[in-house]
Amino acid sequence: MKIHIKNGRLIDPASATDRALDLFIGAGRVVGIGTPPAGFEANSVLDASGCVVCPGLIDLSARLREPGFEYKATLESEMAAAVAGGVTRLVCPPDTDPPLDEPGLVEMLTHRARHPGFAHVHPMGALTIGLAGERLTEMAELAEAGCISFGQANRTIVDTQVLMRAMQYAATFDFPVWLQPQDPFLGKRGVAHDGEVAARLGLPGIPVVAETIAIAALVNLARATGARLHLRRLSSAEGLAMVVAARESGLPISCDVTINNLHLSEHDIAWFDPHTRLDPPLRAAADREALRAGLASGAVDVLCSDHTPVDDDGKQMPFEEAEVGATGLELLLPMTLKWAAEMKLPLATALARITADPARVLGIDSGCLKLGAAADICVFDPAAEYVVSRENLKSQGKNTPFLGKAFPGRVRYTLIDGRLAWDGTGTLS
Amino acid sequence: MSVTTHGGNPQLNRHGELNHLITIEGLPRDVLTRILDTAAPFTEVAEREVKKLPLLRGKSVFNLFFENSTRTRTTFEIAAKRLSADVINLNISTSSANKGETLLDTVDNLAAMQADMFVVRHASSGAPYLIAQHLAATGRDHIHVVNAGDGRHAHPTQGLLDMYTIRHFKKDFTRLTVAVVGDILHSRVARSQIHALKTLGVPEVRVIAPKTLLPAAVDRLGVRVFNDMQEGLRGVDVVMMLRLQNERMQGALLPSTQEFFKSWGLTPEKLALAKPDAIVMHPGPMNRGVEIDSAVADGRQAVILPQVTFGIAVRMAVMAMLGGN
Repeated sequence: MKIHIKNGRLIDPASATDRALDLFIGAGRVVGIGTPPAGFEANSVLDASGCVVCPGLIDLSARLREPGFEYKATLESEMAAAVAGGVTRLVCPPDTDPPLDEPGLVEMLTHRARHPGFAHVHPMGALTIGLAGERLTEMAELAEAGCISFGQANRTIVDTQVLMRAMQYAATFDFPVWLQPQDPFLGKRGVAHDGEVAARLGLPGIPVVAETIAIAALVNLARATGARLHLRRLSSAEGLAMVVAARESGLPISCDVTINNLHLSEHDIAWFDPHTRLDPPLRAAADREALRAGLASGAVDVLCSDHTPVDDDGKQMPFEEAEVGATGLELLLPMTLKWAAEMKLPLATALARITADPARVLGIDSGCLKLGAAADICVFDPAAEYVVSRENLKSQGKNTPFLGKAFPGRVRYTLIDGRLAWDGTGTLS
Repeated sequence: MSVTTHGGNPQLNRHGELNHLITIEGLPRDVLTRILDTAAPFTEVAEREVKKLPLLRGKSVFNLFFENSTRTRTTFEIAAKRLSADVINLNISTSSANKGETLLDTVDNLAAMQADMFVVRHASSGAPYLIAQHLAATGRDHIHVVNAGDGRHAHPTQGLLDMYTIRHFKKDFTRLTVAVVGDILHSRVARSQIHALKTLGVPEVRVIAPKTLLPAAVDRLGVRVFNDMQEGLRGVDVVMMLRLQNERMQGALLPSTQEFFKSWGLTPEKLALAKPDAIVMHPGPMNRGVEIDSAVADGRQAVILPQVTFGIAVRMAVMAMLGGN
């Protein structure tokens, strides 16, 4: 199958390319940029007039809910959401039921996900059995089964000795450890940022110090063990400053933020909107500003969707009891573009945070459009509006604080390994 | 069905009238004043031989108590009955919630029994909002919701009866210094009092508590924060004591009731630092010897029993304004 994507604006952050260039695809790979290889005859021509052609998006945190939570979402529904959102590669956290702590489970998931037209799925293995924070998983076996990193999802390892050993053991194989910094005691029973809004609404708070104390511990343990540490889902200005300081002292440490923490603050809880019940919590406006600036400067490496489909029953509850999380795969691109426009950033810089930078954190050769690269491609119209509605969302989770709003950035085509997986109206797998 | 979010104040209908009473926050001063004015003649109903008015005749008021409270439920029941309503009491903590029924399923079932008003007490902050939003989303916002206390969030009728009491004894809100003392962190009463006092124009609202019993960013509520009770009580016109829940003693919030009483219990000596004509209030039930000394609770400055009497009149006013014929 040979495809010619014509008349598009090619943005490849990895090679600092941003200009009008046609793209030629053959045998699942990029075979020509600007000019076709000799004798190229396209089977199919995609018109990208007015559109940006960029590497397929890479999402470092997207829950697919399988196994165990099929009533919230299925692999099929969330793969449809991924390609509709231009996401061609994603990492799914291990908080399934049972958790991804056994090679057989991981093999089953990767096997089911290996389907033409599906995004590439990288499971994150559980660092401890059952995510219980007590015994180590068979990391080497899990890595062989396809796990790209190891973590605890929303759970923390309370016992610091277990945590240190888990990091040491991962470091033995140079496996990356991806953890969310949150002290399990300081945020206990908390449901919102411990600030003005929690004070007003009478919501149990999660203080910023719950994040910073955990960052301090994790940074020290990374230094002591030599583990490759990636901090997931930072939420505070102070936390980010600590990460920057650790990096300046020579520690190779990376971090990400979610689309929700990038755009929303505690004030968006409004009248107890259960869609804003999120982990980490939405923090003060000043925190959000620091995260936005940090993502622009590269202090924050990656923007992720933290996609978490929740069924309606899980959200139609009083705020404190509502299930945590928001759907996000289809919002990653619009939220990136919105942030870029508000920060007056070049598109190539903004797109790097969802293409080349996550590929770098993953340590894989992806997220770029050089000659010979796998043809994972997103073609989007930066001016066309995407309306976030229950009808438009392909994800089974219709839960997002952005429901009912419209944002620029509509995906026209998604290609995976040179195959058209989304044509702007439906999935083609 | 989608969860709807409201940009505006979901208590007001499209004409700006009170449709539910869920929190005092965001209600204009004239609405609060109107409730207090409406309550005034109702205080006399209790003195009559026939203590009934026909304002809610034929209406069904459901007391939906997801958390036990005999006292608050009883005052709402008396208020509704004095307005001639039919009152149905449901202690849901001991019925359907235990059978796995969701909050909104319970509400749907009761709404189908032609309820006109829900009086809701719930352990989770925001539960009455959820009910009001659900009723609006399903085209049943003719059913009114009165918040009888949700989590740590709000207890608006308590806040209003406290304002009624202050106005009764002190007349003018705009010249007062008021101190709220005790467990501010966990108190829905404190939050409603603070919003009401600020809205009615009290120039200085103080909170007095140890740091473990104050919410983060409490100063953003527009109050002056004191940790030292002696300092905080100096020159105040009104002392509003809060109940200290026994379970607070089990965590690491406070070392003992004795030490709490020593530092933040209201004794005649500490009360002497307030203005000589200061009044002392308490939402009940009191813990004598924990937050208040009996000499103060039974003393001449205490207005704790008038609070209870006014509470019925204020709840009658709220119910009559929301659902009156």
